[in-house]
Amino acid sequence: MKVLLNGEPFATEAATLGELCANLGFAEAKIATAVNGSFIPASTRAATQLAPADEIEIVAPRQGG
Amino acid sequence: MLTLYGKNFTSRLLLGTAQYPSPEDLKHAVEASGAEIVTVSLRRESARARTGQGFWALIEELGCRVLANTAGCHTAKEAIATAEMARELFGTSWIKLEVIANDDTLQPDLFGLVEAARVLSADGFEVLPYTTEDLSAAERLVAAGCNVLMPWAAPIGSARGLINKDALKTLRAYFSDIPLIVDAGIGAPSHAAEVMEMGYDGVLLNTAVARAGDPPKMAEAFAKAIEAGRLAFEAGLIEPRDMAAPSTPVAGTPFFKIDHAS
Repeated sequence: MKVLLNGEPFATEAATLGELCANLGFAEAKIATAVNGSFIPASTRAATQLAPADEIEIVAPRQGG
Repeated sequence: MLTLYGKNFTSRLLLGTAQYPSPEDLKHAVEASGAEIVTVSLRRESARARTGQGFWALIEELGCRVLANTAGCHTAKEAIATAEMARELFGTSWIKLEVIANDDTLQPDLFGLVEAARVLSADGFEVLPYTTEDLSAAERLVAAGCNVLMPWAAPIGSARGLINKDALKTLRAYFSDIPLIVDAGIGAPSHAAEVMEMGYDGVLLNTAVARAGDPPKMAEAFAKAIEAGRLAFEAGLIEPRDMAAPSTPVAGTPFFKIDHAS
């Protein structure tokens, strides 16, 4: 299915957010996630089903003022 | 001693981590500044570049308390979701709350800011809101649960210093018990010293250090200016006056004669 990952169209077979993060190599990474504008805690990523056109954000620490 | 949400700090300088010429410059500037709190952000992570993972290793090495911002958020909803992601990522309920109204001035959207502050405070966050010097907005932020206020001195990155000094003084006078930190618009150590002389509790800055010719040296200059300003405030500054007043004793001046003509 096609989703929007960090603002870009992205094709994935992942059924859940947890699976998507693992497929991207983020299983152990320092990241946080949101789907369709709402925060998804790490503990519920595995149970969060993905649907076509979902807007997924995966963020990490970055320089800031 | 600076106390923010029950935590004590020796340094009154909060330093941003963006725009340094190199990671080494950032590290050395933070060390030279003596800052115990550094600001960071959250940005989209690429599976290929994994930029954030390397940056986090550097921040951990610094050993400072991390204050994540919600920079770039234009609505309360975006800021709330970003704050929630930050809380999980950094393991702290502290959030530098920014809701931006305008991309040219980067001025806070005070309505969205108050709304987000209320929701986040109710959810257990300890909110440090980036606000203007507006008194009514400050009152609403405090009512929303904020126990620190961070008014701007001038637009972010503008280096203009205190463009509304009277309003900042009013804010200080009105909120004598709330920690006030000037955040944004500081360009020179003299600006920071002036803020501290006015009785502000601290200064948060980034660009003025990161974009300086020698960031670690500028960080040290700011640290000294902030310390000097604070000492001056604690010592009690004298009031300015219109006319001269001799500092050397007048009594006993040699050759002194009373002018009987006048």
